[in-house]
Amino acid sequence: MLPVVAVVVLAGFGLLSSDYVVTVLGFAFIYAIFCTGLNFFMGYTGQASFGQSAFAAIGGYGSAILCADYGWEPLAALLATMVLSGLAAVIVGYPTLRLRGHYLAMATFALGLIVYEITIEWTDLTQGYMGYSGVPPLGIAGYELVTVKQQLVALVVLALFGVAVASRLRQSRFGRALASIAGSEQAALALGVNIARYKLIAFVIAALYASAAGSLFAHFIGFISPEVFGTTMVIQSFAMLYLGGIGTMWGPTIGAIIVSILPEALRGLKEMQDIAYTAILIFILIFAPRGLAGLSVLFKRVDRQAREDA
Amino acid sequence: MALLSVREETKRFGGLIANQSISFDVEEGELLAVIGPNGAGKTTLFNVISGFFPPTSGSIHFDGKDITGAPPHSIASAGLVRTYQLVQLFKHLTVAENVEIGSHRVTRGGVFSALLRPDWMRRQEKSVCEEARQLLRFVGLESQSDVQADKLPYGRQRLLEVARALAAKPRLLLLDEPAAGLNTQETEALAEVISRIHRGGTTVILIEHDMSLVMKIAQRIVVLDFGKKIAEGTPNEIKAHPDVIAAYLGGTEMADA
Repeated sequence: MLPVVAVVVLAGFGLLSSDYVVTVLGFAFIYAIFCTGLNFFMGYTGQASFGQSAFAAIGGYGSAILCADYGWEPLAALLATMVLSGLAAVIVGYPTLRLRGHYLAMATFALGLIVYEITIEWTDLTQGYMGYSGVPPLGIAGYELVTVKQQLVALVVLALFGVAVASRLRQSRFGRALASIAGSEQAALALGVNIARYKLIAFVIAALYASAAGSLFAHFIGFISPEVFGTTMVIQSFAMLYLGGIGTMWGPTIGAIIVSILPEALRGLKEMQDIAYTAILIFILIFAPRGLAGLSVLFKRVDRQAREDA
Repeated sequence: MALLSVREETKRFGGLIANQSISFDVEEGELLAVIGPNGAGKTTLFNVISGFFPPTSGSIHFDGKDITGAPPHSIASAGLVRTYQLVQLFKHLTVAENVEIGSHRVTRGGVFSALLRPDWMRRQEKSVCEEARQLLRFVGLESQSDVQADKLPYGRQRLLEVARALAAKPRLLLLDEPAAGLNTQETEALAEVISRIHRGGTTVILIEHDMSLVMKIAQRIVVLDFGKKIAEGTPNEIKAHPDVIAAYLGGTEMADA
């Protein structure tokens, strides 16, 4: 419950600040959705994907094109592109998920690069480097969320919904099967877990989240270009996952918020900004090697100590 | 009819014949031990039976069905569950969660039931939890259920692996050297657990180096040497078998056993 309160407080604080702060927070929550999905594949299941940006691109461009050119409802476009991304994930994942470790990482990296190239070269569809503008803001049934503050509220609700779904899925037979693959594929097989199938499902779930994040990005900014879904997105999301705590429920959200806010908070340091940012990231990883969510163990320990003392 | 029947099973790795034309049956409710010197092909035999390698030739039938060359997860789903010589725990999870995963084979439900949490699913979760607790009590780990699995001492990790396999309610349990690396007391505790599993009606095949353990709990023994079955019989028959003595036990060890 504590993380939910923290997120709501943070969003409330954002709503009282400038539109600039709201935009930064908006990015943070879009990334939180992306990372919560990636956590299924990389955290719970223990696999590597460097190509999840591909599905964000499908969602982003899909929503942009469907809404700007064909006048679709944002929500309908979001769901339709999620279905499309899910299908793409099945088609790509079925052969590639036979690979393991570094090979899987390379194959998924290629997937990200291929989609990146497509967004640049297929100019008829994507308008190439020019990018795609004029994407309407989020809305439902004709009612549009015109201000960024309204949109931030929607993003927070969606991010919390994403975490709630992840939490339900993790605490089930399904989630345990994923965790068994991360723990030991040999042991998972010996207990009857069809690991190829579960890896594929985790990959598809990650793709659905990524696609939704891509669509939300398009609506939030109103403009997308190939760089948005490039390698930077992948690296950024990895930093968030590891900093926040990979394989934990709230880690991806915590990581997304910190990694998004930190550079902005350090803006006053001018040329020292990047150095300070990197130093803080390293500092956190040294003292919380399992990510910030891993520190909750400390609280529990203190709590238990207090109870024993009492 | 035998629960497991291995017929003329041969496994070759290039020029090396790890198993050569091995045949034996395991009856329902039996506790069979497979022994043999290092490199005799015991673990290869387990890997073939549990589907991790297909045999080069021969067949494996489990519960009347041909499972030769079937993938390991489907063999496990059929009720043939194994443990490993080197402990394979889900190290990052708690002791309790390790056992809960074991119930995969005997439970159902996927993404949608996890999301919607229908009644049956909630009941199932409760019983998975309850059964994990009972199994941990059974092997004497109930006080450590919230500990991360790799924080357990080695001997207890072994017991946890057994408890996890039991959560799958196996019809046939394959234990690959469960006493490896255990001290005398731990081995005794383990022997007690294995006998209780067996008395509870589970068929067990045990690969083991610890002769005193094997002689104490096994009803029947299959002896392998250089990939071949050289003897099969009750512990007393095996103790007296000249080929076995020559190949493996040796005179002095016999006196101890």
